[in-house]
Amino acid sequence: MADIIATNETILVVGGGISGMTAALEAAEYGKQVILVEKEAGVGGRVSKLYKYFPKLCHPTCGQEINQRRIKMNPNVRLMTMTEVTEVSGEEGNYSVTLKTSPRYVNNNCTACGDCANAVEAEFDDEMNYGLGKRKGAYLPSRMSFPQQYVLDPRIIGTPDANAAKEACKYDAIDLDMQEESTSITVGAIVWATGWQPYDANKIQPYGYDRFDNVITSVEFERLMDPHGPTGGKLLRPSDGKEAKNIAFIQCAGSRDRNHLKHCSRICCMASLKQTTYVRERYGDDGKSTIYYIDIRAIDRIDNFFQNVKADETVTFIKSKVANIVENKENKNPVLRGVNTEGYDRYENEHDLVVLAVGMQPSVPAGDFPMNVVVNEHGFIEEDESNGGIFAAGCSADALDVNRAVQSATASALRAIQVVNRVAGTEG
Amino acid sequence: MSNLNQTMVEKYRNDFLNEVRANVEEGDWVNMCMQCGVCAGSCPLGPYWEHPPQEIFMMIRAGKREEVLTSTSMWMCTSCYNCIARCPRELPITHIMHGLAHYADRLGLAPKEQPTRKFANKFWDNLTKKGRVNELKLGLALYFMNGFMEGIKVAMANQKLGLNMIKTKRMNPMEIIGGHGVKDTSGLHAILKKAREIELAKAEEFKG
Ligand SMILES: Cc1cc2nc3c(=O)[nH]c(=O)nc-3n(C[C@H](O)[C@H](O)[C@H](O)COP(=O)(O)OP(=O)(O)OC[C@H]3O[C@@H](n4cnc5c(N)ncnc54)[C@H](O)[C@@H]3O)c2cc1C
Ligand code: SF4
Ligand code: SF4
Repeated sequence: MADIIATNETILVVGGGISGMTAALEAAEYGKQVILVEKEAGVGGRVSKLYKYFPKLCHPTCGQEINQRRIKMNPNVRLMTMTEVTEVSGEEGNYSVTLKTSPRYVNNNCTACGDCANAVEAEFDDEMNYGLGKRKGAYLPSRMSFPQQYVLDPRIIGTPDANAAKEACKYDAIDLDMQEESTSITVGAIVWATGWQPYDANKIQPYGYDRFDNVITSVEFERLMDPHGPTGGKLLRPSDGKEAKNIAFIQCAGSRDRNHLKHCSRICCMASLKQTTYVRERYGDDGKSTIYYIDIRAIDRIDNFFQNVKADETVTFIKSKVANIVENKENKNPVLRGVNTEGYDRYENEHDLVVLAVGMQPSVPAGDFPMNVVVNEHGFIEEDESNGGIFAAGCSADALDVNRAVQSATASALRAIQVVNRVAGTEG
Repeated sequence: MSNLNQTMVEKYRNDFLNEVRANVEEGDWVNMCMQCGVCAGSCPLGPYWEHPPQEIFMMIRAGKREEVLTSTSMWMCTSCYNCIARCPRELPITHIMHGLAHYADRLGLAPKEQPTRKFANKFWDNLTKKGRVNELKLGLALYFMNGFMEGIKVAMANQKLGLNMIKTKRMNPMEIIGGHGVKDTSGLHAILKKAREIELAKAEEFKG
């Protein structure tokens, strides 16, 4: 990557989710030089793994398509995928940054024809589907992948599969000798947009995510609806592949809980409300959604959405944090136990499938940042003078929906622009 | 109405929440409950309680003094700690249940015939006399808890158990006269007295 030219008037954006893409584009379209680094093989982040996103319920492809086109068209943005930041030193207006790029084993000749994937036999858990399905050892991370280039899984390197892939490629796009590369650059400001990750549901012992097949997470549920997902868009439950029609949603799974994440993840109430519309979309009046909640936190204009879901007769709300789940051994149905706060009635409700509305936590744990930044008790980056020219965007700063994440990204881009403008001012 | 009860009613008027926060062990935590329901659903004896912990906490806030303090509910707690393990707000629910039971007993409002209450009192009296539990006396006191004839019956039924305990040195028949204890009994009593003073002073100092 010797051809990278960066100066202390360049802005580095770390993380290519909706927030990072937005920050990069705002700055680039304003005329700044931007380097956008993304750890994965393509941009898009977690939004690209949703089936639809509220409040308008568009498919992620629409927003993403526009952003990708803007990146492609703009010579000011330099995108580096499979790249992470390993070290940052210096100060506002003058940072030295070390980047580490993992080998893709596929070069720019790739036309995404897919011949390599057909030639390869090894299969691995598909990250795009949170491990619900398999993908080949040569793969396109998702249909929307940008860049549209295949990747070889490092686990097939040195196996016959790697050679098979190379031989199958008609465009000489596979380069098995690619190595990890380290690049040092200078930048003036950094926008940090590494986003969030779902809380590990295995830690919520009473809900048995680790023990019961038909207890899944909200992020997995999104994948079931996707026509290109592991079930071809059908709501099939894991234990027996039957259609799940009577679905329970458990709110605050790992959030607002001093044993897990203390904070309210803010999004999961809306996400479950949205997901009840999926059940309706699949089954009409034949589906049944039940939301178990402490209190529903649908914020401001999104309240309309809540009112609409409430009016849906196939959706039931039960004010109760579920105490625990057991499994009906005969049919593998999860059985939810608890007490309904409205009347203190004890229940034992059987459902086909349980969706845990898992909390959102920062994807980079506090202490793992390659630079000094102030984080709050939940691990999100705080706005603080001492962060200098480093600004958090989107879910690095808080658990946010897309709308707010994008606002936060625009604000951070503006702050970064001000920093490099100051640098330009003093030098010019 | 006991004197203490009368005093408390006058002192706190309608503010039962603050009465609990000041006088019940760990009672201050009641404020923190967010009514999620996990404790109520997690209690293995839950189906047998009149009011599960979650409801008790709400009743305290709603000022249902009489209903809470005369309830048998908190006496049902077996200290399994399920609720504490799961409460998202880390309320020490088990301890609050015991605290409430103890407070109700002090006020003379606890249900007289509640067996756990009776046993707890017998256990306490037995233990505090000498600083060691006198198994024999405690056992006998228990047998005769429900009257003389009932006691003979229970004692006969448990004869074998008693003999086995003696054989394995778990119980000493000589305990019936005097029995073993700590070296400094009066010291122990002074400690207990001081503990009670501290407890009362804490309640006195409490500001809502
Ligand atoms: C179940 C569920 C449903 C949701 N549904 C909706 C919805 O319908 N509508 C809505 O508005 N919001 C929804 N959200 C919230 C939405 O997912 C977030 O607002 C959005 O993902 C925020 O984007 P982001 O770019 O900040 O973070 P992310 O999407 O997490 O993107 C971060 C990017 O950074 C990359 N990265 C991570 N670490 C590094 C690193 N060390 N170096 C370089 N790159 C890195 C990641 O690979 C990723 O590409 C939902 C959330 C959940 C949990
Ligand atoms: S948004 Fe709703 S489900 Fe998520 S943590 Fe907050 S209250 Fe719980
Ligand atoms: S589990 Fe805790 S927060 Fe929930 S109702 Fe019980 S005491 Fe209150």
